[in-house]
Amino acid sequence: MRKYVLDLQVTSASQLSERYLLLTATDSAGRLPEMHPGQFAQLRIDESKETFLRRPISLHSVDYEKNEIGFLIQKVGPGTASLWQKRPGSTLNVILPLGRGFTMPERPEQKFLLVGGGVGIAPLLFMGQEMRRKGIRPTFLLGARSKSDLLRLDVYRALGNVYVTTEDGSEGEKGFVTQHSILRDEDFQHIAVCGPKPMMMAMASYARSKKIPCEVSLENMMACGLGACLCCVEETTDGNVCVCKEGPVFDIEKLKW
Amino acid sequence: MADLRVDIAGLKLRNPVLTASGTFGYGIEYQDFIDLGRLGGIIVKGTTLQPREGNPYPRMAETAQGMLNCVGLQNKGVDYFCQHIYPQIKDIKTNMIVNVSGNSPEDYAECAARINELDCIPAIELNISCPNVKHGGMAFGTTTEGASSVVRAVREAYKKTLIVKLSPNVTSITDIALAVEDAGADAVSLINTLMGMAIDIEKRRRILSIGTGGLSGPCIKPVALRMVYQVAHAVRLPVIGLGGISNAKDAVEFLLAGASAIEIGTANFIDPTVSVKVAEGINTYLDTHGFKSVNEIIGLCE
Repeated sequence: MRKYVLDLQVTSASQLSERYLLLTATDSAGRLPEMHPGQFAQLRIDESKETFLRRPISLHSVDYEKNEIGFLIQKVGPGTASLWQKRPGSTLNVILPLGRGFTMPERPEQKFLLVGGGVGIAPLLFMGQEMRRKGIRPTFLLGARSKSDLLRLDVYRALGNVYVTTEDGSEGEKGFVTQHSILRDEDFQHIAVCGPKPMMMAMASYARSKKIPCEVSLENMMACGLGACLCCVEETTDGNVCVCKEGPVFDIEKLKW
Repeated sequence: MADLRVDIAGLKLRNPVLTASGTFGYGIEYQDFIDLGRLGGIIVKGTTLQPREGNPYPRMAETAQGMLNCVGLQNKGVDYFCQHIYPQIKDIKTNMIVNVSGNSPEDYAECAARINELDCIPAIELNISCPNVKHGGMAFGTTTEGASSVVRAVREAYKKTLIVKLSPNVTSITDIALAVEDAGADAVSLINTLMGMAIDIEKRRRILSIGTGGLSGPCIKPVALRMVYQVAHAVRLPVIGLGGISNAKDAVEFLLAGASAIEIGTANFIDPTVSVKVAEGINTYLDTHGFKSVNEIIGLCE
């Protein structure tokens, strides 16, 4: 897919909580290019004096009709924190779409389970949107520490079935996503996972035990995002490969987990 | 429109802007963003005789106005390059230059000899300055004897333009430059990255997998500029300047200091189109100040 450097215009900046920001942006100069769920964008960070590089952020939502893209951003350090200064009308310079995304279902009878933890739920919304465009209803299994860390549940619920776990039991089933009863009660043909590494590893081991194909989205630290600098490598069955180019989404059978 | 053409020991560049090895892949990674034919040249990823897996992750640490890396010359080897990559890049309409590294003078010479056979590669840049490999790399670039031994071996095997990339991690970079000149290099490029370190205070561990890495980006520019000025005044060879160049003003500084061409490295990560903007900006500077050719400003600063 062709990549672009674009100056987008922020259309909304909503602070979902102290730690999470939802930015939407449009390209007033033209149509947004076609993008695939699981791909990401490199956001330029100009407002932070302590940081230097762009920040890789997954594509949270794409509305081709409104020509609008959404990013769900967790405050991790000074780079992401500086994005809190964005206001409607601010410029957001992005490189997109980058990397290889999730395998998509082709037919409604293929049951895909979309598993997200923390801010890792972000790319699964776009995946759910694209599944609905194909007439396929997604099933989400979303985990968080506590109820207040569960983001935009209503938006996910509008797309498909949503099952929830929280570590403190304040919403949904208490525990981790890997302990949710849906995994015992229903059969899935494919699992797509994005979240903290321990969670993804646990889901990978579950998928292996059940012989279900499973893809996970990695977030190794990146510099270029284009496969040029070879900084973000993951050890795979094909040797060290760039997460930004060969990933961020990998079939678990490719990984040395 | 000023005349931007420069000549590096017979290697003709349409403008003095090259892209630095390790920051621009094989050029094709950037062709969605810019017309590669508008560059003076592209220096592709470091290539070695044998395939190399490079160092373990993490290989990168961000700093204020820069970054550290310890990639460690990951590449699939010169045979893979010749068979699989060269066919993809040989028709790119600019000078495609291969950066060559190795573990011994013989390795370097053998790798250079293979690349000598490729019609569309008019030059190599010899990397005797990689700080991230245990054997070879910078080990050769930090003594005059080591640098000479590699350059002499390669000079015998390689007939086209031979650029030697120098390490700043030395007591006297001009001594190394003079040794390399004496050993038969056609040009020198400088600087490679500066050895550095980063520590995670929460984990109380060094961030990079091998503990140290090479520092690049705008933070190293003053060091690079000083070294380019010193070397340009010490050797007769053309000098190619690099180290933190992020815009046309930076590039003009290096030209005034005595560089005949410049390389853009880490800045490509922030703006993938920066290289062509720098070429345009150099032209604007020349036009604005009434220079007809870029050659008029090379080394103009006393």
